[in-house]
Amino acid sequence: MNTPPDSILLLGIGNLLWADEGFGVRCVEAFNAQWTVPAQVTVLDGGTQGLYLLPYLTAARRLIVFDAIDYGLPPGTLRLVENAEVPRFMGVKKMSLHQTGFQEVLASAELLGQLPEEMLLIGVQPAELDDYGGSLRPQVRARVPEAVALAVERLRAWGVDLQPAAAPSSVLNDDALALAGYEAGRPAPDEAWRMGDLRFHPDAC
Amino acid sequence: MGVYETQGFRLDNTGKRVVVDPVTRIEGHMRVEVNLDENNVIRNAVSTGTMWRGLEVILKGRDPRDAWAFTERICGVCTGTHALTSVRAVEDALGIDIPENANTIRNLMQLNLYIHDHLVHFYHLHALDWVDVISALKADPKATSQLAQSISSWPKSSPGYFRDIQNRLKKFVESGQLGPFMNGYWGNPAYKLPPEANLMAVTHYLEALDFQKEIVKVHAVFGGKNPHPNWLVGGMPCAINLDGVGAVGAINMERLNLVKSIIDQTKEFIEQVYIPDLLAIASFYKDWLHGGGLASQAMLSYGDIPQRANDYSGANLLLPRGAIINGDLSRIHEVDIKDPEQVQEFVSHSWYKYADETKGLHPWDGVTEPNFVLGKNTKGSKTNIESLDEEGKYSWIKAPRWRGHAMEVGCLPRMVLGYLQPKEYPFIRETIDAVLTQLDVPVQALFSTLGRTAARGIETLYCANLQVEQFDKLMANLKAGDLATANIDKWEPATWPKETKGAGFTEAPRGALGHWIKIKDGKIDNYQAVVPTTWNGSPRDHKGQIGAFEASLLDTPLAKADEPLEILRTLHSFDPCLACSTHVMSPDGQEMTQVKVR
Repeated sequence: MNTPPDSILLLGIGNLLWADEGFGVRCVEAFNAQWTVPAQVTVLDGGTQGLYLLPYLTAARRLIVFDAIDYGLPPGTLRLVENAEVPRFMGVKKMSLHQTGFQEVLASAELLGQLPEEMLLIGVQPAELDDYGGSLRPQVRARVPEAVALAVERLRAWGVDLQPAAAPSSVLNDDALALAGYEAGRPAPDEAWRMGDLRFHPDAC
Repeated sequence: MGVYETQGFRLDNTGKRVVVDPVTRIEGHMRVEVNLDENNVIRNAVSTGTMWRGLEVILKGRDPRDAWAFTERICGVCTGTHALTSVRAVEDALGIDIPENANTIRNLMQLNLYIHDHLVHFYHLHALDWVDVISALKADPKATSQLAQSISSWPKSSPGYFRDIQNRLKKFVESGQLGPFMNGYWGNPAYKLPPEANLMAVTHYLEALDFQKEIVKVHAVFGGKNPHPNWLVGGMPCAINLDGVGAVGAINMERLNLVKSIIDQTKEFIEQVYIPDLLAIASFYKDWLHGGGLASQAMLSYGDIPQRANDYSGANLLLPRGAIINGDLSRIHEVDIKDPEQVQEFVSHSWYKYADETKGLHPWDGVTEPNFVLGKNTKGSKTNIESLDEEGKYSWIKAPRWRGHAMEVGCLPRMVLGYLQPKEYPFIRETIDAVLTQLDVPVQALFSTLGRTAARGIETLYCANLQVEQFDKLMANLKAGDLATANIDKWEPATWPKETKGAGFTEAPRGALGHWIKIKDGKIDNYQAVVPTTWNGSPRDHKGQIGAFEASLLDTPLAKADEPLEILRTLHSFDPCLACSTHVMSPDGQEMTQVKVR
């Protein structure tokens, strides 16, 4: 793949079906609704895809990635991590292609000698992960605008010409998965069991 | 439990217990416990899925036309396959026929996913069970070049090329950042390849890593976007205009040519790299024929890749359908996923509750009510299980059975079913025979870990050929003037019956996948999925019958009791996927497989 000198990947990763794990995807969704980007920038909902993301990663000179990360900080805390520190913060235990965490995708890009030259991780400390079908918790949701603003600031620092989206631009997701539809369509707790693995919720037994 | 016999296996859990948790290089979270005898041979195996999930909890009450989008998010591997199964289930429920082009495009998407999945599985998840990365550093690049040129005409094979790769690898290893090569049992005596074969395989690991990026571009063309392509109840959401221009809007000749070129390159890579590597590696492990498990006696495939649209009968499927039971290879049983007597799920050893746990439930009547209780011989606590009690409930996976039988699903059953029907599937028969001849092993060798791994390679080659055929078929139909890709006659819920139900099937790369849906007043009333790893990773049932993973581990000797290389090798050969996702990880958190010998 040709790598133009100014190509940038704006990536959200995580599983939107697991509450705050959806933070990364919701951030790119929010960004995409507010901003129009020039051709050099790819805005991508990476979901839990592992090696499927490799072509996008290796095609980029610069990377901004949103994700929920366990920093051991109070829930809802935003933290930025830069460059060589990024892989260390993205655990192997994460989802994706056969447990290929994003860290492994980064390692694979490095093996190929095609790791982005600059990387910024905008991470949030999640409040709740074990809620299948659930959405962002209030303290995490509240940080989405700030996370998007940080990305905007960094993109501008990189010289990217961002324009506010005239009309709500095309959504990244199927409507049913976009935040509003996803939350509105959730079945009530008495209709469908919501608890995750009970080993992590012994009090629910 | 002590000692008992089931399905021709003898189980004995009196020896020392080894716990492997988690099993790495798979999707999701899985744990296995085995008992070893005094010679470190596995005499009992307990496989458990440690995460709970359920589609019904998120889909109930939603629009059935959206279900595919949710199922695509279950995990990062079978995305497209789940979406395809979902739209087929809804189309079945609503009686929707799809256009011929939609069927062909879906086939192309599915075949493409197979090839990608199998290739990535072989090189990036499974090869490291056979290939010692660290040993590759000791290889002589010149001898590696001679080896490579003796087995393939693939041009990248000079001594200088292998020397460069070796240096890159050395640098990577010396940097201490092993990345994907972490968690390996390098130097274990169960690795048999000479350094040169290891270097060749690691080199192709890198080439495959680079090449897999090309394969998935086909999904972006037909699915509109990647990595989550779009699907549509009633067809495919892509318009075609052969005379169009540009990279957006309707699919035009330019993009179809791109697809064609990827398909051709893919076939070349499979023929010149994957298959020769597979044969070369296998030739050093011919004596290691463990891991057959249920394969010789009970196998199931739903079949896939319909030649003509809307005909889901077995005879119309290019990937074979059928069931083998009781080890009788002379009889292929018909499979019907809507028959309540055929596919049933049991929960007597699963963390769920039924009114009567000696009975199984067909997925249309499926119930998912958690019941997390542990057997009385469990060691540890509910939140920290040291070892499980397989006499009690011990897994979040249900136990699906076909007419009461535990079954293996996946590439090996598909290829064996093809082998047994040479008239219908001549390519499969001929290719398997050629592989057996070249390796000089009998046909029974198929029923092993290595056989499963070989079947996956053979299937990849078959799919690469089918991809060419399906593309030609699409082009012929388009050029004949048929451009239809979707049927939206029954798009509006007003046209639907008040209550209806349907079932959709595919063969995911790792095996039989079914979705069962009930629709009421235009909304999803119940949705159940039985996924391939539920079959293979099934716990015991009320009769004590073991599942495919458990059976496959029995009687395998471990070279070292505290390095479960052979266990990983066999489990990986199934390409397990315990889709579940996710717990975030603390910085520096390294999830090395823990092996505890008790």
